[in-house]
Amino acid sequence: MIHRNDGQWSLRLVLLACLSCCVVATSAEIPGASPSAPVTAAAPLVAAASDLKFALGEIVEQFRRETGIAARVSLGSSGNFARQIEQGAPFEIFLSADEAYVRRLFDAGLTRDDGSVYAIGRLVFFVPTGSPLDPDPRLASLRRRLDGGQPGRFAIANPEHAPYGRAARQVLQALGLWNAVRPQLVIGENVAQAAQFASDGNTEGGLIAHSLALAPELGRRGRFVLVPDELHEPLRQRMVLLRNASPAAVRLYDFMHAPASRAVFERYGFALPLD
Amino acid sequence: MDWTALGLSLRLGLVTVALLVPLSFLLARWLAFARFRGRGLVEALVALPLILPPTVVGFYLLTAFGRQSWFGRAFESLAGQPLVFSFEGLVLASLLVNLPFAVQPMQNALAAIPRNVRDAARCCGLSPLGVIRRIELPLALPGIATAVVLTFAHTLGEFGVVLMVGGSIPGETRTIAIAIYDRVQAFDEHGAGIMALVLLVLSVAALWITNAMARRMSRHT
Repeated sequence: MIHRNDGQWSLRLVLLACLSCCVVATSAEIPGASPSAPVTAAAPLVAAASDLKFALGEIVEQFRRETGIAARVSLGSSGNFARQIEQGAPFEIFLSADEAYVRRLFDAGLTRDDGSVYAIGRLVFFVPTGSPLDPDPRLASLRRRLDGGQPGRFAIANPEHAPYGRAARQVLQALGLWNAVRPQLVIGENVAQAAQFASDGNTEGGLIAHSLALAPELGRRGRFVLVPDELHEPLRQRMVLLRNASPAAVRLYDFMHAPASRAVFERYGFALPLD
Repeated sequence: MDWTALGLSLRLGLVTVALLVPLSFLLARWLAFARFRGRGLVEALVALPLILPPTVVGFYLLTAFGRQSWFGRAFESLAGQPLVFSFEGLVLASLLVNLPFAVQPMQNALAAIPRNVRDAARCCGLSPLGVIRRIELPLALPGIATAVVLTFAHTLGEFGVVLMVGGSIPGETRTIAIAIYDRVQAFDEHGAGIMALVLLVLSVAALWITNAMARRMSRHT
């Protein structure tokens, strides 16, 4: 009780701090609490397969220059997004890396229609600088390495919920390498993470999206070669407008069908669907 | 540098502290002073988030508050938006996982107050509220400060639960920790490095300040 004043002083300080916390919190909450009504109207919320990372960045930027509308993009694995949308995630456009997930949402009545195929993805065999593997279309160097007994780590995306991971598993199965390579696999949560694993030098290589390998950020870290597409089911990438899509989202969706956008997809190594 | 994500994380931290610390003070008081059967069980439940993997918490939150649950549907029909994948959902998740960080320091501080001091205060005519205000709050101050800083810092760093119930929506659920993960996946090591550094400095500062405050306050009381 000798330092009574000090005690009261620090008590007041903490109470003041708590109070200002509350004030800041509530005042800062207001834009978030009214579920960002003006922001959503202007900025469509896009869930995109992570192989679109670089291509979509360009398209969204072009869209912003032409219309002044800045889209908000979340990248991840298509399976995770489908699940999140089923759980009520507020996305307005879903660009899947395959068709099945869009079908599933369509069947559940969560989409405006059954969407459209916007691109066809290709898988590449990526080998980082310094790896003992050589990029070749039928993974012969990987086979030799596995037979040699001292194989290193090999990266693919998660075959359970990432379409590129499923395609990678199909390729490895078709070439009869699946059982041998399984203990060596590092699994990325989505294909962008697999690409990061395949390129950062901690693995000897991986099967990743062509669209990512073509980006300079990745291209300078190693070499790659296209894997023949008859080794896996086609990665027909379908996009769809979700039920709650705003007019701005519809504009962006239409913009992705425009020749300028198709040119970007093509530049990033996608094949285009024949309409 | 993703300022939106940092702003969102700071906002989440402030909201969590503002809601959780007062509630936890009452809970900590109850656990510190009341004697009842099953107290050990309540303490174990409060401590649970410390050892439970964040994915388990995330899974249960998705199950309990998602569209399939009555609670999730009720919230959605009332609020007009689902609870998961929203800022409000993150706040709820954050309140749950931070419970031990808020309760335990305050409970320890309150339990250290000698019983006869509180009894004497009552004898001298202080009301129960007066005892809280004049005796318990000042004496538990170091514990309260620790609770505030730990809760705030831990909210900034929370990753697993946010990844599962958040969905990385810019400005809504993409916190700084998620933004760092996204940057690494986008091969942007420079951006990830800057944000990681900001978080590191904030965390060190937070712990440093709490320790200094706790030392000074325990000298004074």
